[in-house]
Amino acid sequence: MSGEWETVVGLEVHCELRTRTKLFCACPNVFGEEPNTNVCPVCLGLPGSLPVLNEEAVELAMRIGAALHAEVRPSSFYRKNYFYPDMPKDYQISQYDEPINVGGHLDLPDGSRVGIVRAHLEEDTGKTAHLGETGRIHAADYSLVDYNRSGVPLVEIVSEPDIRSAAQARAYAAELRAVLVATGASDGKMEEGSMRVDANVSVRRAGAELGTRCEIKNLNSLRSLARAVEHEAARQVALLEAGGVVVQETRHWDEQAGRTISMRSKEEAFDYRYFPEPDLVPLAPDEAWRQRAAAAVGRLPAERRRGLAGLVGEPTPAQVDQVQAVVDLGLDELVVAAVSAGAPATLALARAANELAADLEAALALDPGSFAALVVLEARGELTATQSKAVLAELVAAGGGDPVSIAAARGFESLSDEFLRDVVGQLIEANPGEWGRFCEGEDKLAGFFTGQVMKATGGKADGKAVAAELRRRRN
Amino acid sequence: MTTPAALGRDDVAHVAALARLALTDEELDRFTGQLARVIEHARDVAALDVADVVPTAHALPIRNVLRPDEPEPCLDRDTVLAQAPEVEDGRFKVPRIVGEAP
Repeated sequence: MSGEWETVVGLEVHCELRTRTKLFCACPNVFGEEPNTNVCPVCLGLPGSLPVLNEEAVELAMRIGAALHAEVRPSSFYRKNYFYPDMPKDYQISQYDEPINVGGHLDLPDGSRVGIVRAHLEEDTGKTAHLGETGRIHAADYSLVDYNRSGVPLVEIVSEPDIRSAAQARAYAAELRAVLVATGASDGKMEEGSMRVDANVSVRRAGAELGTRCEIKNLNSLRSLARAVEHEAARQVALLEAGGVVVQETRHWDEQAGRTISMRSKEEAFDYRYFPEPDLVPLAPDEAWRQRAAAAVGRLPAERRRGLAGLVGEPTPAQVDQVQAVVDLGLDELVVAAVSAGAPATLALARAANELAADLEAALALDPGSFAALVVLEARGELTATQSKAVLAELVAAGGGDPVSIAAARGFESLSDEFLRDVVGQLIEANPGEWGRFCEGEDKLAGFFTGQVMKATGGKADGKAVAAELRRRRN
Repeated sequence: MTTPAALGRDDVAHVAALARLALTDEELDRFTGQLARVIEHARDVAALDVADVVPTAHALPIRNVLRPDEPEPCLDRDTVLAQAPEVEDGRFKVPRIVGEAP
């Protein structure tokens, strides 16, 4: 065997839909309520209860399909049978060989494309807490179950095994989350379990057949996902290089220990005995409804990134990162509006990417006109970068305002060129030794002089203007 | 349509295990014969000429039975939990679970 090891990853993402009610009953779909308060005979699996499909869940599932370039098809529901107390019916209603969305793809910011196998509708399970001395499942003495989540609508999005690294897995999940939020289908809150990721990981020598995969569960953050893929691939490589074999199994990610642990042995492999759910009739949205759902998809992150990058012309790699950060933060409309109001695009982009994340909620409410006026002042050299950032922070806190008066109130009047020249001249006279060394080519002493100028002017001088003046005098 | 191999005692044991049914050896023998006859009967359908029959996903000739996304009152929690064999902290208390949910 030869060649480098290659990691192969496919992701299964469960997305809770942002509906008002559950998938098959009218119980509220809300996170964080008192346990077992949002339950009824349907989601408790009581005998004689009957499921009725939520129209809005179908709408949101179709929007997800449209955003992922999938084909929206007639579909049907199946019972997936298993015994576990998170599902009181002892089956989960899901879709099987006729899912609502088939095929599609997701383009990542780095230009790579990940294929989508399917995105189907199913119901979420209840929430179990395992209690015992350690809190771990294997050591638990008993479990407590809350059925508030039982029956919450989910769309499970299954990717092709097109992902080749932990970083790409993370980028896929981040981009998918942004898309789900843009469609209005999800709030994207991984910390509340609104989006949950399982990773199928295998390794192979470059160009070889796919290796045996393990499914990693319990990935509650993008960071966990990347760490778990990294760890699991390394574990499989070590195993194979030692002459062992990878056993297909489900493994649990232990965030604290930073490793995956085998969850159950192969002989317990599940046989779900899927069969058609007789209590639900087939679903076949007509063309008009499919088109309405597709039209309701908001502007997607990729399109928004293209729009923002277009303002800059040909963005540098640093600006590409800024564009992604600004779109991820949802600040792209602010930048676009500021540019329309006359702000130079590169500076508006940089300030939005680097200065507005700290208080995002306030930044999203910032008046674009005020932001534009500030960026113009800085671009004209009437405010230094440091001063501009201070004024921006005040604008954000106030939701807007006049940057000129804020700057004046803070004593940020710009220094005249003449005054700056005088200050630099005085400092050269006071420090002849340092000046001599600077003139002989010891460039780092520029920093010394800049620091002295800042001290002398109370930080009001423009660092760039100081550097230019020093160079002018040396020549 | 492919005809599956004849049903064996191991198949019945497997299906019984999936359904969490504890069968004695004597019951396994008895049910293997009975279940095999049920499946034989289902196979009779395969012998019919269904070339003119449209495939059906459901016995009812209707589609898209939907409800609006409007919340309705839920059950009272005390009533719900009164049905549970054991309760703790507002939740259903269940025996120790080995392994993780599928």
